[in-house]
Amino acid sequence: MNIVVCVKQTPDTAATISIEEGKATWGDAPLVLNPWDEYAVEQAILTREELGGKVTALSLGPEEAREALKLALAMGCDEAILINDPLFESADTLIVSRALAAGIMKLGEVELVFFGRASVDSDSGVLGSQTARRLGWPSISWAAAISHHEGAIEVERMIDEGRQVVRSSLPAVISVVKEINEPRYPSFMGIRKASKAEIPTWSAESIGIDGSLSPAVTWPEMFAPQVKSAECEFIAGQSAQEIAEGLADRLIAEKVI
Amino acid sequence: MDFKLTNEQEMWKQAVHEFCAAEVQPKASEMDANASFNHQAVKKMGPLGLLGLNIAEEYGGTGIDSISAAIAIEELGWSCGGTALSVSAHNGLGCAPISLFGSEEQKKHWLPALASGEAGLAALALTEPSGGSDLSRAVQTHAELDGDEWVINGSKAWITNPSVGSLVVTLCRTDSREDSKAFSLIIVPTDTKGLHIHPAESKMGVRASPTHALSYENVRVPAKHLLGEIGQGLYQTYEALDGGRISIGALAIGLARAALEEAMRYAKQREAFNAKLSGHQAIQWMIADGVTQIEAARWLIFHAAWKKDQGGRFTKEASMAKLFASEMAEKVCRNAIQILGSYGYSQEYPVERFYRDARLMTIGEGTSEVQRMVISKHALG
Ligand SMILES: Cc1cc2nc3c(=O)[nH]c(=O)nc-3n(C[C@H](O)[C@H](O)[C@H](O)COP(=O)(O)OP(=O)(O)OC[C@H]3O[C@@H](n4cnc5c(N)ncnc54)[C@H](O)[C@@H]3O)c2cc1C
Ligand SMILES: Cc1cc2nc3c(=O)[nH]c(=O)nc-3n(C[C@H](O)[C@H](O)[C@H](O)COP(=O)(O)OP(=O)(O)OC[C@H]3O[C@@H](n4cnc5c(N)ncnc54)[C@H](O)[C@@H]3O)c2cc1C
Repeated sequence: MNIVVCVKQTPDTAATISIEEGKATWGDAPLVLNPWDEYAVEQAILTREELGGKVTALSLGPEEAREALKLALAMGCDEAILINDPLFESADTLIVSRALAAGIMKLGEVELVFFGRASVDSDSGVLGSQTARRLGWPSISWAAAISHHEGAIEVERMIDEGRQVVRSSLPAVISVVKEINEPRYPSFMGIRKASKAEIPTWSAESIGIDGSLSPAVTWPEMFAPQVKSAECEFIAGQSAQEIAEGLADRLIAEKVI
Repeated sequence: MDFKLTNEQEMWKQAVHEFCAAEVQPKASEMDANASFNHQAVKKMGPLGLLGLNIAEEYGGTGIDSISAAIAIEELGWSCGGTALSVSAHNGLGCAPISLFGSEEQKKHWLPALASGEAGLAALALTEPSGGSDLSRAVQTHAELDGDEWVINGSKAWITNPSVGSLVVTLCRTDSREDSKAFSLIIVPTDTKGLHIHPAESKMGVRASPTHALSYENVRVPAKHLLGEIGQGLYQTYEALDGGRISIGALAIGLARAALEEAMRYAKQREAFNAKLSGHQAIQWMIADGVTQIEAARWLIFHAAWKKDQGGRFTKEASMAKLFASEMAEKVCRNAIQILGSYGYSQEYPVERFYRDARLMTIGEGTSEVQRMVISKHALG
């Protein structure tokens, strides 16, 4: 089975956003493989281990995004491809989904595409569904468990209301949540392979996208929300009862309850 | 000359660091307090390659270069001194002699399960109750051939890992002669009848690493458990220890780094005399010395590791690196306690644990005095 996992390079979640001239910036935070995507990569590898085939990691991003792809290779993906072109510089998810879908079509005979739930930086969470729409394939989001049946899959989705089980034909696009597995750590042998791997770059033209692209969504500015000052008050008392009563009085006085 | 890690080494460092930060470090304090072994984390180390640092690929190991091995042990040391000591002893003391001196058949038989972690951690038993520095005098444990079996009697002391592993490579007297050719290394599975593993020692530091006294009471193992040629055991031991010393040095660097990180974090937030501690020159100088000494130690370790990979002996380089790194770590951890003041002395903060752990590094795998003997012998001829 040909499997594709779409990954993005993002700032480390441990990094703090700093504010420069009123604008939010990641500064020189270390860049990592989007943590949500680790679950997608793991699921792609588990699927290959179960059914055989090949896993290709696909990323649209700058030259540095190669490092995220290398990590996917070190975890066990077979191949990696970087889609990189100046045309994509201010791409929104509509453009990215178009490019990813074009990349997937170029790869050919893909049966399953995995995404992480969202990326930790822009956090839109729509790319999986948009890419599915571009491909004309079923989109299954919030996948927490997957089982395979002759040409079809059964997916347990984790939604606000509870768990929902859906069946789908293949090919399909699935975005996964962290409950689905425990991502493996890259092994030394995987790292050795990844550090030697050739990661081809596909230009916009090579996947059949040309002309000027104008994003529907732009991010003209990012700024820090106004800091609200909070006062800390301790409510003292001789007993739990007394403290609770004091707390309730304060909450009522503040019109919280 | 090139002072840059390769891309592979950079990625490896990052990967091991992340593993250690997530799986080892969060448990370090608890493992130390209860003197318990972190089975859960060690079990996960096999698939990463951390248990096959001295094992070739064909036997399930990594065939990793010595600099990458040192990088891994430094990260482990950074996360938990005790866990790191057990893993270091497994690779450098337990597995290395089998890799270096084992026959094709022995390597095929023992190494894959050690690399994967299925067979637990390996151990090397040299030290005896009467001493560890002067092995040719202290080692009284003896093995006699009876038919096609070795019969081993004696006792060992301060042995890392036997309770969490499947074999103990044991240094035995196999000859009554009084010179250095009287010894041999023999593989003893831990479940062999007559091998008694005594309760773990109660120690000042590296408490997550189990250390045991062993007694051998008519322990019988097949003759084919002998490693390499008979009579070569002491030479084999010294050769394995050269590699082990690089590892202990790397571990010490990890401890020093952890202590310095904690001290810097603290110094930047605590205030005294109208300034952050980090604003006082006395503190700045301790930090500067720590940063410099850690870097110096790391280059000594990398150089010894590099020399090891060139082939040939690297005894002096390994001793110098181990001596400098272990004494450096003691100093840096001591200063970290100083910078934290009474919190440094408290178990609420980890620096007192780093200090206790670091203290072992100038003793295990050859004391500082022994390293100085080795180095001066090379220098003076
Ligand atoms: C936590 C821990 C784990 C260990 N793990 C292992 C293990 O896995 N396998 C193993 O075989 N051993 C192990 N050991 C033992 C360790 O290797 C020995 O403790 C060490 O080699 C020193 O031997 P000793 O303790 O018998 O000290 P001794 O040899 O009795 O030495 C005592 C002191 O005298 C000094 N000294 C000795 N000779 C001279 C000299 N000629 N000149 C100047 N000073 C000298 C020493 O440096 C030391 O300071 C471990 C020890 C500890 C504490
Ligand atoms: C076991 C124990 C028992 C104790 N018993 C008592 C007690 O009975 N009564 C009591 O009052 N206290 C007691 N203490 C507290 C002890 O006196 C303090 O820990 C000590 O005075 C240092 O203060 P500190 O820990 O707050 O460190 P800090 O004052 O925060 O100093 C931290 C570090 O910064 C250094 N530093 C501070 N200012 C400067 C400067 N200007 N230039 C350079 N370096 C500087 C310090 O030397 C230290 O290395 C006890 C502490 C311990 C651990």
